[in-house]
Amino acid sequence: MALPTIAFWILAAFTAVSTLFTVLTRNVVHSALGLAASLIGAAALFILFGAQFVGLAQILIYVGAVVILFMFGIMLTGTAVRPVVDNDQRPAAALVALAVFLVLAAGIVSSFGTKKVRFQVAFPTVQLGHQLFTTWVLPFEAVSILLLAALVGAIVLARRD
Amino acid sequence: MDWLDVVIILVKVVVCFLLLNLLLAVVVWAERKVIADMQSRIGPNRAGPYGLLQSIADGLKLFTKEDIFPLSADRIVYPIAPIISAVPAFLAFTVVPFGNMLSIGHRHITLQIADINVGLLFFLAMGSIAVYGVALAGWSSGSKYPLIGAVRSSAQMISYEIAMGLSVIPVVLYAGTLSTRGIVLAQQHMWFIGAQIPSFLIYLIAGVAECNRAPFDLPEAETELVAGFHTEYSGIKFMLFFMAEYMHIVTISAIAVTLFFGGWMGPHPNFLVPLWGVLWFLGKTAAFVFLFYWVRASFPRLRYDQLMNVGWKFLIPIGMAWIPISAAVHIFDIRRVVLVGAGVIVGIIVLSLVLPTKKPEVLTEEEAKTTA
Repeated sequence: MALPTIAFWILAAFTAVSTLFTVLTRNVVHSALGLAASLIGAAALFILFGAQFVGLAQILIYVGAVVILFMFGIMLTGTAVRPVVDNDQRPAAALVALAVFLVLAAGIVSSFGTKKVRFQVAFPTVQLGHQLFTTWVLPFEAVSILLLAALVGAIVLARRD
Repeated sequence: MDWLDVVIILVKVVVCFLLLNLLLAVVVWAERKVIADMQSRIGPNRAGPYGLLQSIADGLKLFTKEDIFPLSADRIVYPIAPIISAVPAFLAFTVVPFGNMLSIGHRHITLQIADINVGLLFFLAMGSIAVYGVALAGWSSGSKYPLIGAVRSSAQMISYEIAMGLSVIPVVLYAGTLSTRGIVLAQQHMWFIGAQIPSFLIYLIAGVAECNRAPFDLPEAETELVAGFHTEYSGIKFMLFFMAEYMHIVTISAIAVTLFFGGWMGPHPNFLVPLWGVLWFLGKTAAFVFLFYWVRASFPRLRYDQLMNVGWKFLIPIGMAWIPISAAVHIFDIRRVVLVGAGVIVGIIVLSLVLPTKKPEVLTEEEAKTTA
């Protein structure tokens, strides 16, 4: 087996195991940590397939900001003192998980099918930037506005005065 | 890539790691000596000449000390938190270019562990993982002071990460690349500090805050929180936190040199060219490390609300405003930009005079009671 293939399987197994750990553990902080680990695994997979920018942006934004805010929330709300939680929404969660899995699987199969994906050297970030700000500028701006709306919405919901 | 390339990479990694460890010992000793001198003390002077071996003695002491495991600590997270803290601190250094090229025969060796095309992003990403070390250490210790320290620290580091990210964007705009080596090469004619003073100042302040150093050392404010997030740690686990802190200082100084002060570049005689580059790099980095000591000895610690205000209401807005300004200067004629900029500033001043200002609300005692 070629070296990248071995690396792929190790990283894929790491990502899968940490994702399983995220949903199986009863401890909220462990769960957040597992999520961070699985996101790092996914970032490593991105880098393996030549998408260095996407991989590192994933670490910077998801691991470094989103999950750390989860942790922050857990610590501030006092769940950190008694972090063992569980509730009766398991069937609903399973249903949602199944639906998400089906959508993702259908998307991946329809866009790749049986095509083989090659490992490649790093994709130049300059090209990515040019593409993003010329061909894809409209979707890019739309996503920005969506994020801004989410931000404003969160503030409106959180402020009660 | 043949086997020799692999050997070269391995040698680079091992040599850098060992030298960095040695460097950390020197950095810690130098800090104690410099701050002692600034406070009219002598500092360490028992172990070796001028106390040079003090760091090694401390290291041996920490190695052999009892490793205390608190009863209420988390079984899994408590031991790995120091590792999560130390590993990204060392990894961040891999993208620092400490010299230009070493040519042996037909082989060109870049004096940098890994020149990836998103090097700067890698440095920022490692900085954001480092928050986990602190946050998890505080949480997993299972006592209150570390927890408070960890909450403070994660809030502080997230806030200042944004400022730091904003401060490097103008540099990337000027250099046209995210590769750290590319950024140094882009400074051949002029160091970026010439055009990027606001960016540099924001980077420096955010950098000090990222390291949790005085005057931003609230996560371990000893008058309030004992020792903050690492209160419960002892022995080798504590040493890992300690090393991570100093490693962050070295890396942030090295990246400051790379981004704003031309990295390894400097005037040099025409023999042993790669060596002079490394010496220039080390010298500039040492100057920044000294600045860290100086700041620590000079400024009192900020209050928590002041800390948040500096980050969110001062550094981030200035960083945001500076990005379009420097982009405009980069693209257009500088005189036109100055004219338009002056117009905008005058406009803002006029608007702020015309628009009614909202007075700060003062709650009466009864109102305060009802809202609380």
